[in-house]
Amino acid sequence: MSSPDSMSDDGTTLVQIRDLHFSRGSKPIFRGLNIDIPRGKVTTIIGPSGTGKTTLLKMIGGQLKASQGTIHVDGKNVGKLRRAELYELRKKLGMLFQSGALLTDLSVFENVAYPLREHTDLPESLISHLVLMRLHAVGLRGARDLSPSELSGGMARRAALARALVFDPMMIMYDEPFTGQDPISMGVLLELIKTVNEALGLTSLMVSHDLKEALSISDYAVIISEGVVVEAGSPEQLESSESPWVQQFLHGQPDGPVPFQVAAPDYELDLMGQKSADASAEVSR
Amino acid sequence: MIDFLQRFGRAWIDRVGRLGRAALFLFHVLGALGSLLSRPSLLIRQLYASGVMTLSIVLVSGLFVGMVLALQAYNTLIDFGQENRVGTLVALTLVRELGPVVTGLLFAGRAGSAMTAEIGLMKATEQLSGLEMMAVDPYKRVFAPRFLAGFLALPMLAAMFSAVGVIGGHLIGVDVLGVDASAYWSQMQNATSFYSDVGNGLIKGLVFGFVVSWIAIFEGADCIPTSEGVSSATTRTVVYSSLAILGLDFLLTAVMF
Repeated sequence: MSSPDSMSDDGTTLVQIRDLHFSRGSKPIFRGLNIDIPRGKVTTIIGPSGTGKTTLLKMIGGQLKASQGTIHVDGKNVGKLRRAELYELRKKLGMLFQSGALLTDLSVFENVAYPLREHTDLPESLISHLVLMRLHAVGLRGARDLSPSELSGGMARRAALARALVFDPMMIMYDEPFTGQDPISMGVLLELIKTVNEALGLTSLMVSHDLKEALSISDYAVIISEGVVVEAGSPEQLESSESPWVQQFLHGQPDGPVPFQVAAPDYELDLMGQKSADASAEVSR
Repeated sequence: MIDFLQRFGRAWIDRVGRLGRAALFLFHVLGALGSLLSRPSLLIRQLYASGVMTLSIVLVSGLFVGMVLALQAYNTLIDFGQENRVGTLVALTLVRELGPVVTGLLFAGRAGSAMTAEIGLMKATEQLSGLEMMAVDPYKRVFAPRFLAGFLALPMLAAMFSAVGVIGGHLIGVDVLGVDASAYWSQMQNATSFYSDVGNGLIKGLVFGFVVSWIAIFEGADCIPTSEGVSSATTRTVVYSSLAILGLDFLLTAVMF
């Protein structure tokens, strides 16, 4: 058995998460999470709101530290890296934030050029070529001079994707890429994620609520709930799973293992205005 | 009673914890200042944003403060036949106290609040997280340039406030009220020491610049990333900066003069 600080790697796993624990205040988010993200594939993380999907992406990128357990990215234990080493690793990771996270004081062109200007001494002509190629790939070459405030939500995410791609990362993490998108923008993003992953040989890790769309381009999916993995496998395997967790998710059932009601005192006592001390832990359905 | 003590204790622990975070934050910002040597354009851009953009309000305020000082000084001194000393009173009040203090308050309201709001919004819209994930250190690219710009801009603005105030005092004292122009300037020159008056005023400006910039940047970086959180942080910047300026001014004056 490998030690917690080393990664048992046969080369097919890019991210290995073992026994991950993390809490926000007194609320546990992860309680022993174990996930393997395969190299060169599109993996989707699924789970109810507030289950820590975005937190997981931030932990993989080293923005948050685990209270227990390890995250290895390309063989490196993220929690043990020094600041300079962590920044070197991040140069190989792209992240598409839910809001796009474009720098609002720069144009689309300058946003995409930003990582190149920060980390390289490339001549301006080469930077221009690289940026225009990435903008062309996401269909925004004609929007190069616009400011982020002039872009629609879908265009902003495409611009952010171009920026994430400009440094040729080995993995891109997508945080809810389809949220709030119209069907056309969603179709464009789906196509881009799939094409980019195949053409550039990337690994893609996606967090999404839009199950049908996300699973349509995924090679592998993981369902997390209450801090642990409840099911993992290919989209076909998930479809055929009889797990009540999976069924509730895939079919959008309002009640099930993820309860409709938030934990609350007994309904009758609550209506009578008598909250007993031990009733607060009860869940009324 | 127990509940009250618990709340009181928790509030103090939160405050002390926040103070500790602010100190650590400052430590990181100071450590990142060296990176500006290779990217002076970042500092120049922020000097423009916090210094040049605050210039108009500082100059107009300085002019009016100088005019009011001359008017009040004249009305008081004329009873003693000492109206020729109007220039002295205007200059000493400006360079020792009002220049750095009023400029500090104006700077906190204009540039400090803008710094907090900008950084708070960058946090709320995930731009700071985005920079980190692009392997760009926000301490070097966002916080340090703004901190150093505020630290350098405030004493320069205070000096300009005082200079314009002296001109405002001349406008009222000499041109309107008829104080002798040569007496206005010569009395001022005789009574004002470059090192102990102008120099100490400059030191006050540097101290206020340090504190206001620290508060403004920390409040932005530490705010709750929502519209309400950014709004509260902006308010805190102005309140804390103003109180810090007035408190520190008393301490510095007690030590310097």
